[in-house]
Amino acid sequence: MLSFNFKNIYIADYDAIVGPNEKKGHLKKIKNIINDFYYDEKSFELAQIKMQREVINNLLKRNNDINLIIGGDLSNQISSTTYACSNNSISFLGIYTACASFIEGLIISSLLIEKDSSKKVMNITSSHNLAAERQFRFPVEYGVLRNVNSTFTATGAVGCIVSNKKSSIKITNATIGSPSEYDINTPNDIGAIMAPSAAEVIKEHLNNINKSIDYYDLILTGDLGSVGLKILKKYLETKYNIKTNNIIDAGASIYNKINEVNDGASGPAVLPLFFFYNIMHSKKYKNILLVGTGALHSRSLVNQMVPIPGISHAVGIEVKR
Amino acid sequence: MNKDTYKKIVKDYRKKDKYIRNYLSAFLSGGLIGFLAECLYLIIINLTNISSNNARSIITLAIICIASFLTAIGLFDNLIRKCRSGLIVPTTGFAHSVTSSAIDFKREGLINGIGSNVFHLAGSVILYSIIGSFLLVILKVIISA
Repeated sequence: MLSFNFKNIYIADYDAIVGPNEKKGHLKKIKNIINDFYYDEKSFELAQIKMQREVINNLLKRNNDINLIIGGDLSNQISSTTYACSNNSISFLGIYTACASFIEGLIISSLLIEKDSSKKVMNITSSHNLAAERQFRFPVEYGVLRNVNSTFTATGAVGCIVSNKKSSIKITNATIGSPSEYDINTPNDIGAIMAPSAAEVIKEHLNNINKSIDYYDLILTGDLGSVGLKILKKYLETKYNIKTNNIIDAGASIYNKINEVNDGASGPAVLPLFFFYNIMHSKKYKNILLVGTGALHSRSLVNQMVPIPGISHAVGIEVKR
Repeated sequence: MNKDTYKKIVKDYRKKDKYIRNYLSAFLSGGLIGFLAECLYLIIINLTNISSNNARSIITLAIICIASFLTAIGLFDNLIRKCRSGLIVPTTGFAHSVTSSAIDFKREGLINGIGSNVFHLAGSVILYSIIGSFLLVILKVIISA
């Protein structure tokens, strides 16, 4: 797997907007909340686009001279992202690795800024529970009975600015993962689909930067869920004899227990939301490895019972207080 | 790690659903619907001149209307979460699947949205019940001949 070291790459600013369930969860100091899933629009898809557009506008107000926007989301043809980015005369790159899209965006931005340090890049992503439910599962009002191992798509949009302007969040290194498939063909076991790819990218990343797992105070995975996190730990232990208690899963930690979710949150916005609005406020961690995890399934291939590949990308972060 | 070893690990860690609780709630809620329908049936045939065949049709229609109404005001999906299959297996589930699909595709227009998707979930119920009844009729003809 490809790894990179970066010298002067920082996350200068970030902004987010979340839905009602996420607000009740473990996110701190988040100001923008939508109380209604429609967000004064006519459909959930339009609501997601509006959320994303609002995050982009907030960031543009505070940051001048953005050269490029990189983003992706779960909707078909990443349409929420592309629609939200239209008509602002800024170059745009659309990317997709499901729920690992945000981390993929961070890696591409860092590489671009490493090449030309004067550039400022905005990374965005979003997900909407009911828009995703419609696309991947059943009609919303059907209220289909969910498998206890399935995850709950979070509602939220998030964005950040990557540049060489010094800030408290420094991107130090990154590893681009490779898709792997372990014969699991139901999206209900989304954690099990992604856990091997997460384990492999963590292992490769540590190898390539010559560090042991204890170098990181925290390894924050994206949306494995509580079951997926246990599988990841077991996988690391069985295959590589790596034991650690420093792994937290953002999806398994974002909600309170009172929320009706089965195994945790999923969606590309989960990892950045939990990182910016929980981990960054906890003041406990210095070296953090963000591992974005994605399950690369499509509805038609799921119906054909084809095993689903998972992918993970890792980005090393140094937090300066 | 080979795929079989991995699948064993996954199997060990997967959460188990509470099957007994689900069976019980489905049995009780499904039974309750049957009980209420039977009460309604007895009331209709004892207090009015409606024939028993017509009374059965009226009750089926009433159940379909009530279920669709509850779906439309957003209550039925919450009830399903509590009652499980008790509400999905009877006609209520069929009505609910049609109404919820219609609501879901409303924004995509009358033809491409509601028209082509209203039987999105119920289509398979209709198809296989027609095939099933066709096979049963053939069986009946063979037996009676």
